[in-house]
Amino acid sequence: MPINILDRSKAVILTPSGLQSQQIDQVMNQLLSAKVDMADIYFQSSHHESWVLESGIIKEGSYNIEQGAGIRAICGDKTGFAYSDNIELATLLEAANNVKAIVRQGQNAYVAIKSPTTCPHYYPTANPLKSFSDQQKVDLLRRVDSETRKLDTRIEEVIVSLSGVYEHVLIANQDGSLVADIRPLVRMNVSVIIEVKGRREQGSMGGGSRTDYHYFINNDTALNYGKEALRQALVNLEAIDAPAGNMTVVLGPGWPGILLHEAIGHGLEGDFNRKGTSAFSGKIGERVASSLCTIVDDGTLENRRGSLTIDDEGTATEKTVLIEKGILKGYMQDKLNATLMKDRLTGNGRRESYAYLPMPRMTNTYMLAGEHHPDEIIQSVKKGIYAKNFGGGQVDITSGKFVFSTTEVYLIEDGKITSPVKGATLIGNGPDVLTKVSMVGNDLELDSGVGTCGKEGQSVPVGVGQPTLKIDGLTVGGTNV
Amino acid sequence: MQNSEQIESFKNQVQYALDEAKKQGASAAEVALSTSNGLSVSARLGDVETIEHDCSQGLGLTVYFGQRKGSASSTDLSLKSIQATVKAACSIAKFSNEDKFSGLPDPELLATEFPDLELNHPWAIETEHAIKLAIECEQAACNFHPEISNSDGATINSHQGIKIFGNSIGFLHGQQATRHAISCSVIAQRSDDMQTNYWYSVVRNADDLENGIEIGKKAAKRALERLGSHQLTTRNAPVLYSPEMASSLLASLMGAISGGSLYRKSTFLLDSLKTQIFPNFVHIHEQPYLKNSLGSAAYDGEGVATRNHDIVADGILKSYLLSTYSAKKLGMQTTGNAGGVHNLTIDSGSDDFNALLKKLNTGLLVTELMGQGVNCMTGDYSRGAAGFWVENGEVLYPVDEITIAANLKDMFKNLVAIGNDIDTRGNIRTGSILIEQMSIAA
Repeated sequence: MPINILDRSKAVILTPSGLQSQQIDQVMNQLLSAKVDMADIYFQSSHHESWVLESGIIKEGSYNIEQGAGIRAICGDKTGFAYSDNIELATLLEAANNVKAIVRQGQNAYVAIKSPTTCPHYYPTANPLKSFSDQQKVDLLRRVDSETRKLDTRIEEVIVSLSGVYEHVLIANQDGSLVADIRPLVRMNVSVIIEVKGRREQGSMGGGSRTDYHYFINNDTALNYGKEALRQALVNLEAIDAPAGNMTVVLGPGWPGILLHEAIGHGLEGDFNRKGTSAFSGKIGERVASSLCTIVDDGTLENRRGSLTIDDEGTATEKTVLIEKGILKGYMQDKLNATLMKDRLTGNGRRESYAYLPMPRMTNTYMLAGEHHPDEIIQSVKKGIYAKNFGGGQVDITSGKFVFSTTEVYLIEDGKITSPVKGATLIGNGPDVLTKVSMVGNDLELDSGVGTCGKEGQSVPVGVGQPTLKIDGLTVGGTNV
Repeated sequence: MQNSEQIESFKNQVQYALDEAKKQGASAAEVALSTSNGLSVSARLGDVETIEHDCSQGLGLTVYFGQRKGSASSTDLSLKSIQATVKAACSIAKFSNEDKFSGLPDPELLATEFPDLELNHPWAIETEHAIKLAIECEQAACNFHPEISNSDGATINSHQGIKIFGNSIGFLHGQQATRHAISCSVIAQRSDDMQTNYWYSVVRNADDLENGIEIGKKAAKRALERLGSHQLTTRNAPVLYSPEMASSLLASLMGAISGGSLYRKSTFLLDSLKTQIFPNFVHIHEQPYLKNSLGSAAYDGEGVATRNHDIVADGILKSYLLSTYSAKKLGMQTTGNAGGVHNLTIDSGSDDFNALLKKLNTGLLVTELMGQGVNCMTGDYSRGAAGFWVENGEVLYPVDEITIAANLKDMFKNLVAIGNDIDTRGNIRTGSILIEQMSIAA
């Protein structure tokens, strides 16, 4: 890690509270006066802004500052945790005292802070909130609004939102390491409501990355969100009732990779497997997908929404192979679960903020490209559906059942994409859905940077991706029985 | 510091923020401050797993310059930070546009009476005692039956919060409330079939908590019932929602009649006021002044007095759910629902759960729902589900990996019956709800 990231993070987080590096030692020593196996202090400062345009006017904006520290001690599989929005020494010492109560006796030796090791950085460290003036931000929103409205006179409403986050984190570990990260994140969304002959439909498109607001003007990205939102609204206007039942489903490339996130990703997180509560528990080395499927979780992709230089425990992220040619290869781990499972760290220890405990979470999860041209895949289907875009999804880790909801979907009849149908929920069983993958496209795409994953009440930004996929049998929840 | 002194001190900070907004040129402002302190303890496989101490605070404010507005928030309550937060909001207001509908509520609508709703019941629970309760609850579940093979643990938590709200037209009020909960989740296993289920109790007063051992047993029983599910075939059938799932139907109704959906015309219930949206026997109303309840409040998110009022009477939609802004957009008056509803209740008759099973006769009992799958604009509904297949009023076997689909407009119109097995744990109070017919895909 470049030293200046550490110094800058200290200056942003510690200096305003008058906290010195040596005082972090003092808090750590307080934690380690009990015999803990692991301890950390997570400092975070987060600045977030958002702007919303609706009915042609800049309707509202907000600026939010969150700052605090979370203190954790682990002994075996037991965790003590406290957090505070106040990072003054006395508060931190009291919190440390509460936290170490998880351990009864003994004492640990503490090593003084070491000099940081270096690791590659996957995104810029400049403040995205300052990459545009406020005037430029509102001008961008207005331009997207007016250009989108010009596309079609039937547009009733355009809603454009822009948001940015600038975050500094500083992590002190009981081994004496002190590491930092500076994380930018920007996001934009355009929704279009259209009315034709009394029927109203909505389309929505957005994206983002760990860069700054220039991302949205390069290559007309923001204007294209407007075009795409309109296109989806128009498609939905034509949609007929969706079919109901088990059928062949072709998933488009990119965001439909939410399938992988729900069907297998969560089930391969270390905590569920350590506890034996996942439908994938104890299946390492077994076939869980067709041999066409190789799936990775990769936190190292430059500027991606799900990427991290280090996770929230200070571990460098990596490209972890989860499934290789259909065989389950490994889990995603944080420190607690890797230690208890005697597994290696994968840089997946993440938390929503200092106010929450870290746990194994995905970064960018995607399937590698296969050999088929997407047209060949469609042509191979006599009767089924082509699902091009999705809303959200959900999974029951233990039973393996998962759902994800289509927002743009078409019938496939005799090898051709025909009529659009209404959004429907697809449901399947994680451990066997990928065994039914019979064709994989050569068109791997990552999503546009919109994913947010929720687990145990904590939200973190993630990415997904996949090539076009053919699944021989998935339940489609339409109304047309 | 005593709690009453603490409230006064926080009120002073809110007043300071209001004064600061005025000083920085704002013509109006509103400020909300909240704090929460709590303990959360979880146990798994008979031993403590985590102990968490929470301590959070935050201040959020909106400033108006005429009819331009800006908002900001911070977790730092120091006076210096409050000044900076006001400044950030003012800076945003400069770049927002005049919105002729924006502004504070009509002063006459602000709450002036603050009855004691009995929402504050601190629980002086020691960590050791919480650990003991969590272990008892979890062990009651684990020891319930040999097929309970694993556990996601049991959790005890207890929180006390303070909320202060003030605006520049003279409203300033503070209140305290507590919330205590016990929950348990365990796994039942029969060969490869693993099923998880849970049960919980959440209350304002710890004396009202359901017994932890009973919660554990109920979680175990619910997980065991899920074992051995059958494959259903695709069909149309009547569907009975258990009370826990039925509340999601009312949540969809709330979304469809909320001000934002209405003025954006993004709801299937557009222009439905004073029209029949449910059968005659359906009556849905708001009860903000229920004592000792989770959804109770004397005023909404803008300080507007809440009131007992009908949302649906005799099946006819009587009121939308509006804030000051959405009401002005629609040319109406706020309904005191800025921030949501307060104890939304659907009345039931004499049918208990068994009577509803008899009325269902042959169809699906839904006890779990997955995914979003509700399109508020069109009313199209398609969600993942699990539950039980019922024939001749008898529960036959569990079913899962199915979806249920219909259009909410039809589902509301074809609501057949509401049970008196009311779940009072949330802000929406309903019993089981029977819908005449839906499409089931398997």
